[in-house]
Amino acid sequence: MLFPIYWMINVSLTPQSQMRSTPPSWFPFHPTFDGYAAVLQQQLPYLGTSLVIGLGTVLLTVAVSAPAAYSLAKLRPRGGGALSFVLLVAQMIPQVIVAMGFYAIYLNLGILNQPVGLIIADSTLAVPFGVLIFTAFMSGIPDELMSAAKLDGAGTWRTFTSIVLPVSRNSIVTVSLFAFLWAWSDFVFSSTLNSGGDLQTITLGIYRYIGNNNQDWNSIMATAVVASIPATILLVVAQRYVAAGVTAGAVKD
Amino acid sequence: MSTTIIDRPEAPVPERGPAVSAGPPRPTLAKRFRAEQLTAWAFIAPVVAYLAIFYAYPLYRNVDLSVRDYTVRSFIDGSAPFVGLANFVAVFQSPTFGPALTNTLLFTGVSILFQFSLGMALAVFFFQNFRLSSTLRALFLVPWLLPLIVSASTWSWMMNSDSGVINSVISSFGGGQVNWLTSPQWALTAVIIANIWIGIPFNLVILYSGLQNISTDIYEAAALDGANAWQKFWRITFPLLRPVSAITILLGLVYTLKVFDIIWIMTKGGPGDASTTFAIWSYQLGFGSTLPSFSPAAAVGNLLIVMALIFGFLYLRVQRKQAQ
Repeated sequence: MLFPIYWMINVSLTPQSQMRSTPPSWFPFHPTFDGYAAVLQQQLPYLGTSLVIGLGTVLLTVAVSAPAAYSLAKLRPRGGGALSFVLLVAQMIPQVIVAMGFYAIYLNLGILNQPVGLIIADSTLAVPFGVLIFTAFMSGIPDELMSAAKLDGAGTWRTFTSIVLPVSRNSIVTVSLFAFLWAWSDFVFSSTLNSGGDLQTITLGIYRYIGNNNQDWNSIMATAVVASIPATILLVVAQRYVAAGVTAGAVKD
Repeated sequence: MSTTIIDRPEAPVPERGPAVSAGPPRPTLAKRFRAEQLTAWAFIAPVVAYLAIFYAYPLYRNVDLSVRDYTVRSFIDGSAPFVGLANFVAVFQSPTFGPALTNTLLFTGVSILFQFSLGMALAVFFFQNFRLSSTLRALFLVPWLLPLIVSASTWSWMMNSDSGVINSVISSFGGGQVNWLTSPQWALTAVIIANIWIGIPFNLVILYSGLQNISTDIYEAAALDGANAWQKFWRITFPLLRPVSAITILLGLVYTLKVFDIIWIMTKGGPGDASTTFAIWSYQLGFGSTLPSFSPAAAVGNLLIVMALIFGFLYLRVQRKQAQ
């Protein structure tokens, strides 16, 4: 299971001259950092764009999904069940299709090839997921906590911002984590909605790199290692949120 | 905070649901209910608007595209004659339709079969709490969190015909060179292998959490009755895990049907249409060439949505049944 990851790191350190040796070298005895130097020279702007788009996606996702989840979990709106249903169905629509629709719309609006368009498109992956996770979590907040806030004179909005949001910190971390990772890894939307702009994402950077440069696997794998860093950091820092997110998103209602 | 309840007995605690205001001129029940509903919907409004603009409208555009004859010109001058189901007929009659359908079914079916069984085996394996179990389990999540472009390009290099590590291992066992990505008979297998690898962690995590919900008493009782490990798995774990398994498999079907990145990056659906699935086909038609044919692309896409929704509704049914 872990071999491909090892191999990626191994190849990223293998000098170009030994790349095609048979049998391949199983361990980088003479490591080279040329690949990483190439990444730093060529891919930094792509990494920057991906970072901005990832953070933008997180903000948009949390801003849209947290209030809705609060309402679904605690305010008992009429038609809330139907909304949850629509959100579940929304997760089943293939990105390739959404991309096609967005392409037509963005062309008319003139936001094709702009980061803001990509942030919106990427958030479509995370918003339905976010609402479902937040709802599952916020349903568990005791009603007494909210009634107490009411009696202290807090309005619904006040209760939401000063009680519900702070208490939901864990679920905010989970949703942000997934929103960021999905935006960071997105390839479909960047290749359809942002392939001609000045600010391109790292996934497109790697894709172009393979296309133009398919001999230079040392640098390609070095870029791949660098592009994997966010996933690795998040896994180390927030391991339990990852597992919680997957299971809550799949099994709970 | 609870002391305020004692301090202000004149403010009653509402029986169900938080009240909007408990101020002096007490609103009638109906009025209060309406105000509550308004507040509730005010919180939901952004998501409803979001869904309408970013899901419903693109989907509508997609359906609209599929029943018209759109070209690049149409986007500029707005002329796109209505052609009814002609695009769908063209798609059904296309020589790509047969292979794409077979590939989609094979890709989805075989991927799920292996992802699920390997994920299950690993979940059971990690459930025996040995040293380093949790650390290893966390490491096994990495393939699933990596950007797909990273996994796909790593697999491309490993499966390279001349100098890939996989062929090197095969040849050291006396096998011949396999052209994983460039020969029609292996391309689909190659992308399926990569996709299985990516999907195992997801199955592992869900099934593992399902295992955690099985009471240990049952295993102790079985141990007293002298059940061996295989009997414990086959007679206890597997049946008790069936609800979680159903959810895992259906969710896997929904996800796998949509898979695009891996296939596109590794083979672009080729050689020929050897690894073309519906998702790939739709993208190829829409964005794959300099002369896009958006309308047939949208038609293929709509077929894909219908397939995804069938699995999706099955998933919802199973989930609802379990909730009862």
